[in-house]
Amino acid sequence: METDWIWGLVGGGIIGLGGAVYLLGNGRIMGASGIFGGLIDGSGWNTLWERLAFLVGVIVTPLILWPIYNVEIDTHMTTNVGVIIAAGLLVGVGTRIANGCTSGHGVCGISRLSLRGIVATVFYILAGGLTLAIFRHVLGLI
Amino acid sequence: MRILLSLIAGSLFGGGLFISGMTDATKVQGWLDVFGNWDPTLAFVMGGAVIPMFFAWRLTHGRKPLVGGDFPTLPRPELDHRLITGSVLFGMGWGLAGLCPGPALASLTYNGWGGLIFLAAMSAGMLASAPIGVQLDRMAAKA
Repeated sequence: METDWIWGLVGGGIIGLGGAVYLLGNGRIMGASGIFGGLIDGSGWNTLWERLAFLVGVIVTPLILWPIYNVEIDTHMTTNVGVIIAAGLLVGVGTRIANGCTSGHGVCGISRLSLRGIVATVFYILAGGLTLAIFRHVLGLI
Repeated sequence: MRILLSLIAGSLFGGGLFISGMTDATKVQGWLDVFGNWDPTLAFVMGGAVIPMFFAWRLTHGRKPLVGGDFPTLPRPELDHRLITGSVLFGMGWGLAGLCPGPALASLTYNGWGGLIFLAAMSAGMLASAPIGVQLDRMAAKA
């Protein structure tokens, strides 16, 4: 749709506000893989409630907005279970080894002109584009 | 206070992801699909998010976080093999499913079984990342 970019810009601004609240309020970098990953591997249990509160906000807010905003809610994710598992494993391993994902390296890193954030973003976009090109246009799997 | 601010930040994050369309794999994969039906939405989301964060970083100078303590110590601007290898692995998974960790969580209630399976696999991958990271360090030391 031609209005997608406006919603993208508005939604992006709200994401950035969330990151600003987390940084200026709690003194932390808003990275989804770090906040969630610290709960999974136990490294973040000393800030357990803070992390859980963040996740509750992330998961519940779309449910509240759903009836208000008339946006499409289909995620259009592949139904190929093998692809889903492989993708999940790669995202989990990769974000923890790189110590960040689209929110931490992307949003929080680029906005302070961090070399590591910018380089990480370039590499995951290139790897994502190449993988999609191979699996969609060469192999026809996704 | 910490918990309330986390809830607010998480709500803004989840709401922003929802409104921007980033929980729709078609949009994310559309951004990556330069050989197909390319969709620039993700660039607008990224641009929109970077603007408030740019000012937030400027506001950290000479201040303390609202709840006290200190702002995070930032890593030295050095590139290492973990950053590159990890980002490449993450990018491959991101391209395959069109989901990264934030949207995977935000869409949990409306992404069906696939979303739950993705989250479980992502969690397993996160647990496996410690030994895999050590192995990568060994390989990098030899190379």
